[in-house]
Amino acid sequence: MSGAARALFLREWRIARRIGGGASVGAVFFLILVTIMPFALGPDLNLLARLGPAILWIAALLATLLGLDRLFQGDADDGSLDVLVNASLPLELVVVVKCAAHWAASALPLVIVSPLFGLMLAMEARPLALVALSLVAGTPALTMIGAIGAALTVSLRRGGLLMAVLVLPLAIPVLIFGVSAASAASGGAAPFATPFLMLCAISLAAIALAPFAAAAALRHVRE
Amino acid sequence: MRLSAENIAVERGGRAVLTGLSFSARAGAALIVTGPNGAGKSTLLRAIAGFLPLAAGAFALEGGASESSIGEQAHYLGHADALKGALTAGENLAFFAGALGGDPSDGVWRGALQRLGLAHVADFPVRALSAGQKRRVALARLLVAPRPLWLLDEPTTALDAAAQGLFAAIMRERLEAGGLIVAATHAPLGLEGAETLRLGAPLGAAA
Repeated sequence: MSGAARALFLREWRIARRIGGGASVGAVFFLILVTIMPFALGPDLNLLARLGPAILWIAALLATLLGLDRLFQGDADDGSLDVLVNASLPLELVVVVKCAAHWAASALPLVIVSPLFGLMLAMEARPLALVALSLVAGTPALTMIGAIGAALTVSLRRGGLLMAVLVLPLAIPVLIFGVSAASAASGGAAPFATPFLMLCAISLAAIALAPFAAAAALRHVRE
Repeated sequence: MRLSAENIAVERGGRAVLTGLSFSARAGAALIVTGPNGAGKSTLLRAIAGFLPLAAGAFALEGGASESSIGEQAHYLGHADALKGALTAGENLAFFAGALGGDPSDGVWRGALQRLGLAHVADFPVRALSAGQKRRVALARLLVAPRPLWLLDEPTTALDAAAQGLFAAIMRERLEAGGLIVAATHAPLGLEGAETLRLGAPLGAAA
């Protein structure tokens, strides 16, 4: 069973890192979202620094979710979803492994580059560190919630937009606690620990529950 | 080992595709499913693999592992090749071996590719291969992970005559080793002594 999980992770990782895999595009998309913000808000450095955590979080949310719509669709199109359903690994664990590979290939680079992009928003060192930390804790929840949407829209040709409509409302709690943890350093409403621990709890709950929802959706939608 | 079907009924999109179908297939003999387009050949194979819910009846695999479903003991090879174009033939097969409970080491998948006459393309990305070569890589999946039941939907599509002969030999070898093959096909597969299950005309067609 662990051999099957390793084989699947390796395959997903390789596909994501190859040309057209989309892992690096997510980071570029993140960069572009962050870059256009000063054009919309104006060059007021105090304002940018204050909105920085929120901007980085919204950009990370969109970059994560937009990369997720093909999570299962590629496999459904070329028939390998049939192989995954009857693999020597329960479909729930297939979902977990695919999400883990997707997170490592797509969300982790966002976390790593977020302090760099935060510099463009005139953020200080401590808020930058807290944003990165809150993204590490929160992006697993985004990936797992997005996997449910990806599984539900797997049979639709142009399911990307529908998936965003389904998933974005569910991502609101993650956004609230993420931004609130990230802005604690720059005089936010709450101390850091409370929203950060809530964020960790949401991620852990999503990792535990979302695979069952996504696997059920995959089984049902394909009939 | 024996695969038996008892009074199977399958609906797709509210339409009864299969009704009251019973048959059995034993190890060492192939069961060839024939019938006109729309008769339900693919539906039957997908139902055996567990991808479709049964409206009535049940499949049983006697002599199989009781804790796994039939699908987990079967190779299902459908119309799609299930290959990732960005990965090489070898990487695709190493994944199949690992995911389907086989041995993912290099020697096993290289041997399978060699058997299908594809040793020279092992390190090419699959998207650079021809349709027939892709099909042969997909067939090599059957050899990298040992599973007792093979469910083959038009397995020889896009294969040239030599490759069809090669695959017939692989299937015969598999049957002699006690394997069970259920294949839906229009073209003869070159298997002597195979039993035939003929599905009727699609419902709604003129009688």
